[in-house]
Amino acid sequence: MFKKRSQQSVIDEWQHYQTQQAKASVNPTLQRFYQMPLTDPDMPLSEVPFVALDFETTGLDPRYNEIVSFGLVPFTLRGIRPSDGHYQVVKPNCVLSEESIAFHRITHSQVDTAPPLEKVLDELLGRLSGCIVVVHYQQIERPFLDLACRKLWGEHCLFPLIDTMAIEARWQRSGWKHRLKKTLGLQPVSIRLDDSRRRYGLPSYSAHHAKVDAMATAELFLAQVARHYSPTTAIGQLWD
Amino acid sequence: MEAELREIRDHLSQHPPFDTLLDELLDDVVGNVEITYFKADSMILEQGQTIHALSYIRSGAVEIYHYNGELYNRLEEGDIFGQFGLLRQRKIRFPVKAIEDTLLYQIPDTIFDRLCDDDSFADFVELSGSRLKSTVDGSLRENDLMTTRVRKLISRLPLMVETTVSIQETARLMTENAVSSVLLIEPADDQDSDEVFSGDEGGLWRLKGMVTDEDLRSQVIAAGVTTDRPIGQLSDGRLITLQSDESVNEAMLTMLRNHIQRLPVLHRRRPVGVIHLSDIVRYETNSSLYLASNIFSRSTVRDLSRLVPEIRAAFIRLVEAGSTAKMVGDAMSSIGRSLMRRLIELAEDELGPAPIPYCFMVHGSLARHEQSVITDQDNALVLHDSFDPQQHDEYFKMLAQKVSDGLDACGYEYCKGGIMATNDDWRQPLSQWRRYFDEWIADPDPQRLLHSCIFFDLDAVYGEEYLVENLQDMIASKARHNPRFLGAMARNTLNRRPPLGFFRTFVMETDGRQHKVINIKGRGLAPITDVIRVHALAVGSQAQNSLDRLRDIEKANILPAGQVDKLQYALEFIALVRMRHQALELQNDQAIDNAIEPENIDATERHNLKEAFQVVNNAQNFLRYRYPY
Repeated sequence: MFKKRSQQSVIDEWQHYQTQQAKASVNPTLQRFYQMPLTDPDMPLSEVPFVALDFETTGLDPRYNEIVSFGLVPFTLRGIRPSDGHYQVVKPNCVLSEESIAFHRITHSQVDTAPPLEKVLDELLGRLSGCIVVVHYQQIERPFLDLACRKLWGEHCLFPLIDTMAIEARWQRSGWKHRLKKTLGLQPVSIRLDDSRRRYGLPSYSAHHAKVDAMATAELFLAQVARHYSPTTAIGQLWD
Repeated sequence: MEAELREIRDHLSQHPPFDTLLDELLDDVVGNVEITYFKADSMILEQGQTIHALSYIRSGAVEIYHYNGELYNRLEEGDIFGQFGLLRQRKIRFPVKAIEDTLLYQIPDTIFDRLCDDDSFADFVELSGSRLKSTVDGSLRENDLMTTRVRKLISRLPLMVETTVSIQETARLMTENAVSSVLLIEPADDQDSDEVFSGDEGGLWRLKGMVTDEDLRSQVIAAGVTTDRPIGQLSDGRLITLQSDESVNEAMLTMLRNHIQRLPVLHRRRPVGVIHLSDIVRYETNSSLYLASNIFSRSTVRDLSRLVPEIRAAFIRLVEAGSTAKMVGDAMSSIGRSLMRRLIELAEDELGPAPIPYCFMVHGSLARHEQSVITDQDNALVLHDSFDPQQHDEYFKMLAQKVSDGLDACGYEYCKGGIMATNDDWRQPLSQWRRYFDEWIADPDPQRLLHSCIFFDLDAVYGEEYLVENLQDMIASKARHNPRFLGAMARNTLNRRPPLGFFRTFVMETDGRQHKVINIKGRGLAPITDVIRVHALAVGSQAQNSLDRLRDIEKANILPAGQVDKLQYALEFIALVRMRHQALELQNDQAIDNAIEPENIDATERHNLKEAFQVVNNAQNFLRYRYPY
């Protein structure tokens, strides 16, 4: 068995990557993004400006699927302001299936009049800049955003973020109870957004809307901090 | 509006006070919501802290505490808190703690201030005083019979003749004017008197009485009186009148109470018309008044008992029509008394006239004119002091038995505590009754008073009323001068305390425990009635009705400012909740009881009830300090 790498090495890697990108980046948008100094990893959570981000996509694989919409909601530990958030429908290159239209609760006319991703990527990065991004399940937002930037500008777009699903896994899928369940071959606790929220007494929303999910993710993060961490916890400890 | 804001809006719009907000205002609220989260057992607001937002519970539950750490309230999803702090220099007076993981929507004070311009919102957060008060006032406004002034029913000016006019001339004028009643007046010289008014030609007149078609038949023709005598001799000088701005409802109740069919209506002191029972019946066809008159046309107990469904239907109609508890209580009591009178009349028909004067007396809610749809019978007999048990008791025992059985047949169950005239102890001459009350008052033992407390609401229903009035006088004059008696009564009042309020589907007690149901009579209505009775006894009030007692208490000026109003609103609201509950049970063919399940109480009603309970609780605390035992 290999030992899980330490959080300090995660922090070190991200700081190193940021410095490197700030120098190497050519595209003006990404340049601006990387020249904004990375949040001090020792900064207490109570002082960090966060932004919850959610992508709705046509599927799980960024190579074959596309972003349909994104929603983001800025917040701090003191509170979430949903009306300060942002929501954008994006026109994909492929034709959207009826199922996917229905699933995302987006209408055809919304899609038809929506701008393509390249038109709004700039704005999206502007809104993320200077904030710590919070997502639920980073395997969507991170690779989709990265690939979009590579396709468009030929450069990577990666940054430290907080994954509420990873936090949930850390607390729900460790310890003797989890090991016992595993030994017995039982289903592990679900760490999907809605199931996770229920454990913190959070209400269920009609999901599959990027901004509702962003708001739901922000709430879940507040609940996780209230239960497992403290306002003085250093932000770097939660980076993924 | 975007999806996530719609989520917020949908939730807010289902809960008061946001459910009645204008759309625009609600959108403003939603657009400014900030979401916060508190885990279970964490403090949300500390005492003395400054706040800048109203909190709305989106999920979870919180507890609010008094300064001394005592539980003040427990709130759940859809409730708000912080409004009192916002209204009082933005300072938190009562600390708040999350008792479950809690998600809050915070509404900034700038928006809160704007919301306070909205009347219903302001009422809800009690900007302009009590929310309970505005609810009770609101229901008064909504009530048709209550708002309709009696002057609306007047179609013509009254015919008025001087008392010196002959009977024949009066009858001729009545025929000429096609009226069935005439008002009698005589010249007056003293303008300051309450009864004097100025006529059209400037003269001063005094209203002396009223003569009707029936009077002419019974007092003139049947009595063989010659028609050249002055009409004035037909009037006994007693006249019940009503002010023109009183409600139709009040007119109806006045007629019911006094067993009259015509009522002169005055504007200040000047007669402006006479309304007849049928005017009101036309106005309110399904009135309980019709029922009362129906009662007197029944000639057997069986016939009377067949009226029970109609009585219950009338009760439901009254409650559904949005009547106040006072209106329903008055109407049901009038029906109850009419029923009892008729039963006594029927018993007398059977047994023959009573050997000595007597008075049938009632206790409890019927004596207070506050009866709901069902009650058990609480009655007693006060006999003339010439009572000789050997000679007379057999008659009264049978009378009591017949009345009691009749009441039971009509839905008034036998009193479990034995407070009935069939009980030898409660079928006694006046002197014995005076001794009873004298002992209760002079030698008050809380334990014994517990059982006799019910006798301190007493009223005559049939017979020689002076017998009961004698007792009422005696109580009023003696009780007030006996602090130990008042102290004992006050102490008994504290045996039944209201709960703190409601939480989800539970009744919440002051110590935080929770119950499934609340007995609204035992925990609400009885305690407040008890409190009012003690004060009434202390000020020597002769009134039996709680609202009348409150008026006497107010005149005596013994309570802190505003307290009488609060008691009145609390009484009205608690009584109404009980009546609504019972009306619903009747409609669903369920047994009628006083057990209310919190899940059947809507959010606004909960808030009002909680406030009412608070009023009762404070009033009880005040009583303890005011009349120490």
